[in-house]
Amino acid sequence: MLLTQAAAAGESLNPVGNLASSEFLIFRLGKEEYGIEILKVQEIRGYDAITRIANAPEFIKGVINLRGVIVPIVDMRIKFNLGEALYDQFTVVIILNLSGRVIGIVVDGVSDVINLDTEHLRPAPEFGGVIDTEYIIGLGTMEERMLILVDIEKLMSSSEMGLLEQTGK
Amino acid sequence: MSTDLEQFYEIFFEEAGELLAEMETRLLRLDILSPDPEDLNAIFRVAHSIKGGAGTFGFTDMAELTHVLESLLDRLRRNELELRAEMVDAFLHARDVLKHQLDGHKGNGSADPAEVEAVNRKLKELERDTGSSHTPSECLSETIESASVEESASAVGAAVPVAVAELSVAVAQPVSVPENAATYRIEFDCTNLARPVMEKLLADLSRQGQLKNLTEPGNETVCTLQLSTQISEEDVWESLAFLVDPTSLSIEIAGKIADDSPLAAVVPEPVIECEQKHPPAIDQTAATVVEVQEEKEETITPVLSNAASPVPVSLVSSGAKQPAGATAGAPRSKSSAEQSSANSESSSIRVSVEKVDQMINLVGELVITQAMLAQTASQIDPVIFEKLLNGLNQLERNTRDLQEAVMSIRMMPISFVFSRFPRVVRDVASKLGKQVDLKTVGEGTELDKGLIEKITDPLTHLIRNSLDHGIETPEKRRELGKPARGTITLRASHQGGSVIIEVADDGGGLNREKILAKAQSRSLPVNENMTDQEVWMLIFEAGFSTADVVTDVSGRGVGMDVVKRNIEGLGGRVEIDSITGQGTRISIRLPLTLAILDGLSVAVGDQMFIIPLTYITESLKPAAEDIRTIQGQGRVVQVRGEYLPVIALHEIFNLEPTVKNIHEGILVILDAEGSKAAMFVDTLVGQHQVVIKSLESNYRRVAGVSGATIMGDGSVALILDAVGLVNVTKQRMIHAA
Repeated sequence: MLLTQAAAAGESLNPVGNLASSEFLIFRLGKEEYGIEILKVQEIRGYDAITRIANAPEFIKGVINLRGVIVPIVDMRIKFNLGEALYDQFTVVIILNLSGRVIGIVVDGVSDVINLDTEHLRPAPEFGGVIDTEYIIGLGTMEERMLILVDIEKLMSSSEMGLLEQTGK
Repeated sequence: MSTDLEQFYEIFFEEAGELLAEMETRLLRLDILSPDPEDLNAIFRVAHSIKGGAGTFGFTDMAELTHVLESLLDRLRRNELELRAEMVDAFLHARDVLKHQLDGHKGNGSADPAEVEAVNRKLKELERDTGSSHTPSECLSETIESASVEESASAVGAAVPVAVAELSVAVAQPVSVPENAATYRIEFDCTNLARPVMEKLLADLSRQGQLKNLTEPGNETVCTLQLSTQISEEDVWESLAFLVDPTSLSIEIAGKIADDSPLAAVVPEPVIECEQKHPPAIDQTAATVVEVQEEKEETITPVLSNAASPVPVSLVSSGAKQPAGATAGAPRSKSSAEQSSANSESSSIRVSVEKVDQMINLVGELVITQAMLAQTASQIDPVIFEKLLNGLNQLERNTRDLQEAVMSIRMMPISFVFSRFPRVVRDVASKLGKQVDLKTVGEGTELDKGLIEKITDPLTHLIRNSLDHGIETPEKRRELGKPARGTITLRASHQGGSVIIEVADDGGGLNREKILAKAQSRSLPVNENMTDQEVWMLIFEAGFSTADVVTDVSGRGVGMDVVKRNIEGLGGRVEIDSITGQGTRISIRLPLTLAILDGLSVAVGDQMFIIPLTYITESLKPAAEDIRTIQGQGRVVQVRGEYLPVIALHEIFNLEPTVKNIHEGILVILDAEGSKAAMFVDTLVGQHQVVIKSLESNYRRVAGVSGATIMGDGSVALILDAVGLVNVTKQRMIHAA
């Protein structure tokens, strides 16, 4: 009963797909923990020399060379104004592969990969957060932790990220 | 039958297409005064092969036309007729019509019946002019079978030089033919043959002569037939080749050839076999070689040519009537050798360009990684790490080789483009009443496939231009003391990392006064002191045309400004050399591939940028007093009397420059599609060949940037969009003023 409710709630909020049981990569932004679908993650690497791009929003740090592919890097901490945008040996870049488009995001750290069943999923309450609830799949609970599960593909292709052509000036 | 034959249509279309292309090349190569008999034979064979195929598949229109073509060609190759220029024209026209017919059968477009009729009439007229015994109706109504009979008769005629009159008699009387009947043993792989196809094949063959089916009952794989016929082996082959896999087909003469034939001594049993992809084996020597199939083709070919050579020799010396089958042996072996060489060419695989590009990317990365390793390794103790260093050296060599090999995948010889021009030149020249030879040099020069496709249109335009404006009419040329025939030379060569393609003509050259006058009337900034080079470049201005010379030949299509823009779009540049009265040479310099660009790297603050070399005219260190402002906003710099707007790169990209005063830094003068500007940078770093990477594939388009590249140290540098930057600055100046 509960399960179906949660699933229904999840679906109504996000018609993204069947989340009956998915694995999520958990990363930290300041004190908050976020999760993204593991299948969207290509690799995780350290923060490296970045080439800045003219007239880009502040949270787009620039581009890097990932084995011959030019990859834009978004600093999520600047974007969501969470934590301090420090760049040291612990700074992590998660390389995402969103339907063929490769994008890197800078986060404070990656903690673990967890398997979340729909029963652990709660719909995100309507409140003004840094992320519009439109991009939140739901809130996951793991013991004492609260994980904010983000539909990263939807977020990255949203107009406010300015990563895509039509939003560029 | 139709449904089962359809799978073979594709093969026929493909082969016929190739054959028609070969025919065109050979026709264009023909020297009217002393045609190469080899070429005439080859053209004849092409017509014949198409006729055979078209007949088999029921494309009667093609079969009829090729038949008419063939009979004229046949008399040409036997020197009964003299080749005339109008014949070559008619042949070319016929080729075009055939192509249309072929396209029609393929399902796209169709041949104009009136045109077909016209070509038919023309060809027959040409043949009748010389008193042939053929009546037009006879030609038309003749079926393939009777044509084949005639063919074998004429093959006999070929061996014995006969006078014209005598031969037409020989053709009309097939009485002497039966003596030449031969018995063939035909074997082929019939595993994949559908029943109706097989039946049609048997029916076809039985019309040619006495057919016995020797196939062992129950043997489903190999078909054995015995055919007693008067047609040549070549013809038997032709009628089978389109239906049966030629690699499994073997035809041998089963019946004993006349004992007194001198040929029998040389070649006791001419076996024409085509196994796998090897050239056909003639005679025991070659046959043994064929068994060693692992051997490379090169080792077989010399043996084969040795074995084959006695055949034509003995034919010539014998002079007497030869059995049709044996006569056909020589040409057959040759054409199947050609076939096998075509086969070996086609032993390629189709790979999508993305896969190749991905491989090129990965190898590029490998090279960068290797360079980084080498740099690190240079700091370690060579004594202790000797083995490691050796390994790294080897890695370096291997990566170089690998990179070259991978890059060469995308490379194609420029002959792919050049090969279409002989026809263009011929058609346009005859339309203009000019006599022009086209010389091509360096067809083997390789460049990127993408470039090959994009260079065709500009080159075509340049050649049409040369034909129309460059080369004079024969009368005028004679007056000027030049040979009446003009020459256009197409030359391709490598120079450093670029490919140079030249279109040179020995025509009238450019007229400096005329161009200057025209430029003045269009109020372009010109003066009498301009160098020739600068004057010539004026013809690339948009809409620039010396109006009295526009014709329908070069008036249509792209203009010279489009040519220039296209070539610059490919990262190349155009140069003109011209001497009045002696000719013009237009050189196009292109990068080897689209993916590589010659660039100048400049530094601004801690960032590197690449400026494409194509757009750079010079770089200079300006004096402080040369820099002025306009209404306190736009800055301009005076360069040799010209005021150029200054593009400050650090302002555009919001960077912190190390040099703030323009006169302390460097100005790079850009010339982008006619607009000039000076770009202010901190320092020049160096000149590189850089690999262009897309910024858009993962990000979006960035104003002022055309792409990105990866530098030797693995960092990313942005490639500047010179045209965009110059235009933006120009607009800003206009707003400011």
